[in-house]
Amino acid sequence: MSWEVVMGLEVHLQLATKSKIFSGAANQFGADPNVQACAVDLGMPGMLPVLNSEALRYAVMFGLAIDARLGKRSVFDRKNYFYPDLPKGYQVSQFFEPIVCEGQFDIPMEDGSLFPVRITRAHLEEDAGKSVHDAYTGQTGVDLNRAGTPLLEIVTEPDFRTAAQAVAYLKALHSLAIYLGISDGNMAEGSMRCDINISLRPTGSEAFGTRTEIKNVNSFKFVEKAIAIETERQQDVLESGGTITQETRLYDADKNETRAMRSKEVANDYRYFPEPDLLPIIIDDEYIDAIKGALPELPRIKRSRFMSDYELGQYDAALLVDTPTLANYFEAAAIKSKAPKLTANWILGDLAGALNRENLEIGESPVSAEALAGLIIRIADSTLSSKLAKQVFEGLWQHEGTADAIIETRGLKQVTDTGALEAMVDQVIANHPDQVTQYRAAEESKQKKLVGFFVGQVMKASKGQANPQRLNTLLISKLGES
Amino acid sequence: MPTIPADVLSVAQLARLRIDEAALDDVTDRFGRTLDLVAQLEQIDTEGVIPMSNPHDMQQRLRADEVTESNQREALQKTAPAVADGFFLVPKVLD
Amino acid sequence: MTREALTTASATELSSALKTAEISAVELTKACIDAISAHNGSINAVVTLCEESALAEAKAADLQLRDGTAGPLTGIPLLHKDIFCTQNVATTCASKMLANFIPPYDATVVSRLRAAGTVMLGKTNMDEFAMGSSTETSVFGVTRNPWDLNCVPGGSSGGAAAAVAAGFAPLSTGTDTGGSIRQPASLCGVTGLKPTYGRVSRLGIIAFASSLDQAGPMTRTVEDAALMLQAMSGVDAGDSTSADLDVPDFTAGLNQPIAGLKIGIPKEYFNHNLDQRVAEKIHEALDELVKEGAELIDIDLPHTEQGIATYYIIAPAEASTNLSRYDGVRFGHRCDNPQNLTDLYERSRSEGFGEEVQRRILVGTYALSAGFYDAYFKKAQQVRRLISEDFQKAFERCDVIAGPAAPGTAFPLGAKSDDPLAMYLEDIYTLSVNLAGLPGLSIPAGLIDGMPVGLQLIGRSFDETTLLRVGHRFQLCTNHHRAKPTLAGAKP
Repeated sequence: MSWEVVMGLEVHLQLATKSKIFSGAANQFGADPNVQACAVDLGMPGMLPVLNSEALRYAVMFGLAIDARLGKRSVFDRKNYFYPDLPKGYQVSQFFEPIVCEGQFDIPMEDGSLFPVRITRAHLEEDAGKSVHDAYTGQTGVDLNRAGTPLLEIVTEPDFRTAAQAVAYLKALHSLAIYLGISDGNMAEGSMRCDINISLRPTGSEAFGTRTEIKNVNSFKFVEKAIAIETERQQDVLESGGTITQETRLYDADKNETRAMRSKEVANDYRYFPEPDLLPIIIDDEYIDAIKGALPELPRIKRSRFMSDYELGQYDAALLVDTPTLANYFEAAAIKSKAPKLTANWILGDLAGALNRENLEIGESPVSAEALAGLIIRIADSTLSSKLAKQVFEGLWQHEGTADAIIETRGLKQVTDTGALEAMVDQVIANHPDQVTQYRAAEESKQKKLVGFFVGQVMKASKGQANPQRLNTLLISKLGES
Repeated sequence: MPTIPADVLSVAQLARLRIDEAALDDVTDRFGRTLDLVAQLEQIDTEGVIPMSNPHDMQQRLRADEVTESNQREALQKTAPAVADGFFLVPKVLD
Repeated sequence: MTREALTTASATELSSALKTAEISAVELTKACIDAISAHNGSINAVVTLCEESALAEAKAADLQLRDGTAGPLTGIPLLHKDIFCTQNVATTCASKMLANFIPPYDATVVSRLRAAGTVMLGKTNMDEFAMGSSTETSVFGVTRNPWDLNCVPGGSSGGAAAAVAAGFAPLSTGTDTGGSIRQPASLCGVTGLKPTYGRVSRLGIIAFASSLDQAGPMTRTVEDAALMLQAMSGVDAGDSTSADLDVPDFTAGLNQPIAGLKIGIPKEYFNHNLDQRVAEKIHEALDELVKEGAELIDIDLPHTEQGIATYYIIAPAEASTNLSRYDGVRFGHRCDNPQNLTDLYERSRSEGFGEEVQRRILVGTYALSAGFYDAYFKKAQQVRRLISEDFQKAFERCDVIAGPAAPGTAFPLGAKSDDPLAMYLEDIYTLSVNLAGLPGLSIPAGLIDGMPVGLQLIGRSFDETTLLRVGHRFQLCTNHHRAKPTLAGAKP
């Protein structure tokens, strides 16, 4: 039987505010245990929450960015459960009336299409603390520095059918968060964590199967792997006649497996009810319009603009707008070089490859946008062949100066002068009479292949600097003369 | 609907309370009587009435995003039952 | 001023004597401490006495009084209910759960009253986590009513009411979630004001039911209550539910006449639930107000009876989750040798919380649980709105509402402790006021067989001014508030 995978995603995005969502404690990663947990964060007796204005603004920015309906009246609720990293015994979240309601987020896919993802809701809530399991014998250490970090939980409809779609969505979401400046997007530090709701159903079936929820997957790679391994597991269970238990599972990256979480064995009854220590949040049009007016150019807008202004395909444009830094780099280089398509190819090809090898971000590139544009200009005007261009790029990477300077010092100028080329061609023809005879005797279809030999010889003679297009034309014409 | 000890035990489990077996019948009885009292509300017609969470029709005030709290770990952990190296300690937690 | 007056005079009178240097703050503080030392053994109203710091604060107050920087409350001794967090002073909520808890911070009310120059004598007894109407559920043992040591003082602010009545302090703070200031004020013959919800910051007050809790003054006179409320009131950036409204000058209009004022009398407050002798006292009190020119109007508060059911869903529901933080992890009681996490939670909580607290946690948890939320919690929130609307309708026809604060006078210790439902009835006239968030004042209205009766006045939202004016007028033309219990019978 063939199966269809059905997935919905819940992403917890940590918001990059200076202070916590409900207290004035610092919102920073990596401090010593509990030094950033104030009395409010610890749920000390008598302490009360007050909402951080910036957390609200970030949530509204996100809602506007995905054209969602905004909850003009939204309410915080308490989600009740006991866990050592949850100081008050409840998490302040938004259950009944979230700040961001239905929206749609179009995800650019590799094949150039757009994959629409329906956003169910996005709501504000507080993060929990962290438990340290290995440091103490028989005991768990609880660090509440993270408790009260503002989170935006973004929930989708069960729209995903493949891991590629899920990962593309997460990447687009990550990109959007960076554009909006609402999160640092540092996945290794848990700034963006993903829960995957996943079920299988026979292909063609309408009804959903029983789902499991894989908690807290925090890298794109692990998302892909977790989906693959859980799909396999569920398929095995179903095909051997078993049934899927609705449960929360954990992805173990070391063992590449998912397993049921023991702490979630008891079905939770969260007893949501409106948080009486906070009042309804009311936002008016004036507030919304002010935020809307201050939004940066969003990835989707930039993508369309790159497609029309620079004649780029959907996918290339999507790759280039991934981060504002990359998009700015491209745009600066493209404007200077006046060859946007070529610029895009170089950035996504050689530059990306080189950065990747050295583990560098675009912002750390040794080759500036201006320097790259200098190179592109010389390719566009045929000064450089693609082969020579790679050498010049090498030089740029090593900080040897501008493209022109490198061409000069390394003597990499392409030979385009017809007279000089002609001389070399004549010499090669004279030196290889047998091959010339063979060429002339061959059928037209085979000649195309045989000309390669002569190209190689001339290239050798020119130390690779002969302009390949001109050389080709010249050779065909000369060999044709008899 | 009469309240039975099993109901009380499941609610107690949710609330992380342990009820002595000896006291269970008594607790159940009093719990049941309280529920009988509050069951009076069934008779009131509340069709279309908006639930009231707070006495006033006021809205949430916002706090400026500023760090106002410095490290107070020592003071805040002074009466903590078990700490080590700044961590609060609990019996081993299984995930 | 006589030595006896030091423990019976109003704060206003004491303040005048302090300002004219007739007495000193140290002298006054010592007199209060002496009274506590003499009688607290039998009354058990004070659970923590801060003798040393109180005397230091009194000395500082005397300096202020001398250099002319003193305010109306400078040098006046006061006691805080043990639900208010007091920096470096044990704050227990009368629970084993918090027996060892010493907060590193002050409640806003505490810091405001400190800033006003009051002298903190210590902390008063209460029902555990403020859940009760008799101050019998305290881990420190029962508080006794100074008027009759065999009777309860009411609750949950029973220690505060008893302390003011017994001459331990002219001022004390209380909190009122369903009547916990007004009912003990009534039973102990003192003045108690529950302000409008949001008038006084809840920050640093250990929460019982967040949407109902409100702190207020417990005093010997309405005038003192006005002074104290003035110091306690006002928006607090740290409490989202505190109201961002201008605080009126509560003492300014106290002496204005009440002629022409319309006083609503809800017939539901005078039915079979009320002790008929109390009804008579209340009617006598109302007659006094009529003599002053007030007009009585019959009004209806049709959902009064259902107020109890509504309250006993909403308050426990909120409490059940407010009390989840007591888990033995960061503060408070922790059981010995927990075997695992569940054991830590269950034993710490079952050992740390008393019976009534556990009962309310169970009821509240049940009311919020899956499948019951709509039938219980949501329904109660709907009825809460109906109750609030009853009051709004009533206030279209009157300026204040008057009635009893409690259905009877103080009852014997233990009389209702085995019957929670009988105990819940104690708050029938007060808890609707919390549900609607309105201000309520209880003032002494005479004695029945030597036991005090309280007249309750209920006002419009944020209109404490009118309540205080009516209450003050009543105290100008009657002497009920001057009646004092005889403590001779008390064992020193």
